Amino acid sequence: MEAAADVENLKATELRLGLPGTEEEEVAPPPSTPRAGSKRALAAGEEAKKPVAAAPPAAKAQVVGWPPVRSYRKSCFQASTKSKAAAAPPPQQEEAAAGGLFVKVSMDGAPYLRKIDLKMYKGYRELREALEAMFLCFSGGAVDGAAAFNPSDFAVTYEDKDGDLMLVGDVPFEMFISTCKRLRIMKGSEARGLGGATGVN
Amino acid sequence: MVYFPEEVVGHILGLLTSHSDRNSASLVCRAWYQIERFSRRSVFVCNCYAVHPERVHVRFPCLRSLAVKGKPRFADFDLEPVAWGAPAEPWVDACARGCPGLEELRLKRMVVTDECLKLLACSFPNLKSLVLVGCEGFSTDGLAAVAASCRFIKELDLQESFVEDRGSHWLKCFPKPSTLLESLNFSCLTGEVNSHALEKLVARSPNLKSLRLNRAVPLDVLARILSRTPRLVDLCTGSFLRGTNADAYIGLFNAFQHCNMLKRLSGFWDATSLFVQVINPVCKNLTCLNLSNAPMVRSAYLIEFIHQCKKLQHLWVLDSIGDKGLETVASSCIELQELRVFHGNADVREGIAVTEEGLVAISAGCRKLKSVVYYCQRMTNAALVTVANNCPQFKSFRLCILDPESADAVTGQPLDEGFGAIVHSCKGLRWLSMSGLLTDTVFLYIGMYAERLETLSVAFAGDTDDGMIYVLNGCKNLKKLVIRDSPFGDSALLAGMHKYEAMRSLWMSSCNVTLGVCKALAANMPSLTVEVMNETLSIDEVDEDANNAKVEKLFIYRTIVGPRGDAPEFISIC
Repeated sequence: MEAAADVENLKATELRLGLPGTEEEEVAPPPSTPRAGSKRALAAGEEAKKPVAAAPPAAKAQVVGWPPVRSYRKSCFQASTKSKAAAAPPPQQEEAAAGGLFVKVSMDGAPYLRKIDLKMYKGYRELREALEAMFLCFSGGAVDGAAAFNPSDFAVTYEDKDGDLMLVGDVPFEMFISTCKRLRIMKGSEARGLGGATGVN
Repeated sequence: MVYFPEEVVGHILGLLTSHSDRNSASLVCRAWYQIERFSRRSVFVCNCYAVHPERVHVRFPCLRSLAVKGKPRFADFDLEPVAWGAPAEPWVDACARGCPGLEELRLKRMVVTDECLKLLACSFPNLKSLVLVGCEGFSTDGLAAVAASCRFIKELDLQESFVEDRGSHWLKCFPKPSTLLESLNFSCLTGEVNSHALEKLVARSPNLKSLRLNRAVPLDVLARILSRTPRLVDLCTGSFLRGTNADAYIGLFNAFQHCNMLKRLSGFWDATSLFVQVINPVCKNLTCLNLSNAPMVRSAYLIEFIHQCKKLQHLWVLDSIGDKGLETVASSCIELQELRVFHGNADVREGIAVTEEGLVAISAGCRKLKSVVYYCQRMTNAALVTVANNCPQFKSFRLCILDPESADAVTGQPLDEGFGAIVHSCKGLRWLSMSGLLTDTVFLYIGMYAERLETLSVAFAGDTDDGMIYVLNGCKNLKKLVIRDSPFGDSALLAGMHKYEAMRSLWMSSCNVTLGVCKALAANMPSLTVEVMNETLSIDEVDEDANNAKVEKLFIYRTIVGPRGDAPEFISIC
């Protein structure tokens, strides 16, 4: 390297590990705008891969292959989003329609209610299984004894927009989700005859 | 000087296990070269085109374990056309003739055909371990051949390979009445798996310690399998969407309660917050946890059980964990050595990503942290400086800011100082991947301070050729240099002319290197292969225009066997 370059490099090698901006910058501050323009200027006629935007990185066109995601992971995720029917995972703190569709679930005899997000389920079968899993501990069977929990003793009902108590399973799932305001799991004599074979599936 | 008898030297060298130590020993003198080669049991070939397979067996006649790597890492990111090359056949063929007693074979990013697997199956009766990482070109028929013929197989691992599904009869082909299997990984298979066959296989594999199922295995099958293999150390679950009835959930919960030896857990395909709580019983023993395939598990639940994983050393999660989640990790998982935070969603939404704060929190709490992969929304120099000071023991630091060329989110400056602090403080850093707005200055720092750096990955960085030249002149231990979309051109490429022989490979794509200079480099350096990928250009054109055209993709590697003969049409070898 030439001597002139050496001197310049010497100054440039003054590595200050403090916060930038605390001392006067000796190296010329680069432009705060994205340097796509300057880079591409070197390659006359080369096809620009991104738009030459002067604005700070607010809305940029997708750059090819960025962020780098291994094709193996991509193929895993594609299959994942296909299998998940409805909306993307909702933000955890919101109940609004834009996010999840949370409704209360009560079970007769249980000391407290639960809340579930109806958008998380593809259909009635999944919903039913989720409810069974959630309320197992209250069915008198305890977690380690499966025998006591008999699904036909229960009926899953819901309160719709008009305030009526309806049996879950009669209407298409998407329609159900849009009208359901809260869920109620009925057990015992009230449920017998309603649940079992005529119940959800 | 007193000389040891050869037997003594042989005994001493025989105790060396590290590849680099053995390589060094073999260079001391001819006698040691000879002694070393006869005691070498394990060879690692980093580039299948660097040497002829036969040569390996001639030099190391007592080989028992062989590992070969094929395509460059960029093949993982679809920047490399599929038909690039790296066939496994010549290697298996040479092994079959030169080393029929082979016990372990590990291939990475190579094309393995069913014929190759069948050859393997009948050539190596003593095969104990077959590991195919990121390979492709074979089907479940090939697996059946291996399962049927390699009676002593202990490990069959198909990590991240692309396998054509032709049914799951291969599960039935493993030895009966029992197998010696200790590790089975078929998590990459996309097809259905015969549950019955799988359960029977597990039942007749009493030594099984590591089991990685694929996504098609329903939850109830997992529950049954797990209840029969409570001594598993490593588990990758199947689907959390299929087979999810009450019995399965209870069964799985109970089974996990008995898995006292379970240390590594992954999978969780389609897991929702509800069902993932079933793993609570094993949290306290876990050392490795991979939740990066469960985008539906909400941050609050993630945090709740990561909080219980006090012994965690390796954690892979999605950025949906958020900065708050990472703060919990930092306070709960103080044994953490490796953290990978992947980008979970195609659209970056506010609040569902991680920022510099999460990384700083981690660096403050996890003082044993050695390896980081971090996909984040934003970064600042201040944060990187703090991280560098907190964790000088980093071996691997890979940062990906989702918006390429993002500047310091607070000051608007390039991130030169931040990365400079990283290389300055982390004296043992081996692998660095950078992103964000970066000028030549950062390369100056890297060249000066990153003495142990072996792999450097660069994207959208630098201003002039100087950047690349600083690195080529500086980093003594550089082995792999990977550059994309950066303005480095001909003089930068030529500056490293003699360095490339000491390196494993150089990759440059969408830079400013011209064809003419590539040809000149190749002409001057016969020990290098210079591969150029240009969709439009023919290498044989001699006119000025052609030589001035920019090369789209350039891959240079050292070799002792000259240019390969199997390059596809779209690749030209200069």
